[in-house]
Amino acid sequence: MKSLAELAALRDQMQEKIGIRHEDTGNTRIVVGMATCGIAAGARPVLQAFTDEVAKRRLTNVTVAQTGCIGICQYEPVVEVMAPGKEKVTYIKMTPERAARVVNDHIVNGSPVVEYTIGGMK
Amino acid sequence: MQELSLNILDVAENSVSAGASLIEITVELDRRGDRLTIAIGDNGCGMDEETKKRVADPFYTTRTTRKVGLGVPLFKMAAEMTGGGLTIRSEKGKGTQVTATFGLSHIDRMPLGDMAGTMSALIGSNPDRDFRFLYRVDGRSFEADTRTFREILGGISLGEAEVVTFIRGYIADGIAQCDCESPENERTVSQGND
Repeated sequence: MKSLAELAALRDQMQEKIGIRHEDTGNTRIVVGMATCGIAAGARPVLQAFTDEVAKRRLTNVTVAQTGCIGICQYEPVVEVMAPGKEKVTYIKMTPERAARVVNDHIVNGSPVVEYTIGGMK
Repeated sequence: MQELSLNILDVAENSVSAGASLIEITVELDRRGDRLTIAIGDNGCGMDEETKKRVADPFYTTRTTRKVGLGVPLFKMAAEMTGGGLTIRSEKGKGTQVTATFGLSHIDRMPLGDMAGTMSALIGSNPDRDFRFLYRVDGRSFEADTRTFREILGGISLGEAEVVTFIRGYIADGIAQCDCESPENERTVSQGND
């Protein structure tokens, strides 16, 4: 059973590694569409997978956020990745497994996974 | 929707869109009374009379990307299929309370599912808002409140991935303990947490 004391211990660990984060400089945003269409298509486990992967890799300056309907319901779950100084990349029909690859290839190594985008999907 | 916790996530997202600073989610299982009650309350902008009247109409929505709004109608249908129902109280400028009741043992009742996943998704994606989650089973209860988490975390955001992962585990453990300690635990009620 997790306790609030563990949360305090986590805070202490994190305080050591997190400096002051500037939201507008150097922060990559992963945004998951979480309207009814996205939720019904499986957005929650996708969001969870991104969060888990970012936590596992202890990535700083990466924010996992949500938004409403992006407008392409037929392609849900839809995820947008906004890296500073780069063009926004929209991933479609995402799964938890694909999320792990996006974190590895795109977020960590800077190479978008083209086959998960609308243009790249077969 | 495959589980009620997804309906809860969907309805709570409406509270986020309504600009609520505090969203309270209560899940109450009453085995003796054979009743499951789910309530989502917020202090957001509330609805005007016209919106309130049409909120369960699938062809009415406030969003602009699509001309359908299926969240509340699906939740209402899920409740009515089990002999329950859905009520909405809302006041412009004060907030909205959505309450759904379900026949707990009804064959058509969807499983509650992953409430810890729903709560951690809401909290992690909206770190500047407060959420209070109350889970009650036959009088036993578990509560998780972001105001408590925030106090402990100091300046660390509730949106930090490691914090969100902790919160998910904390809530999952609390729910499991509540289910286990319940005197009538012969039926697993939160089936999706299996």
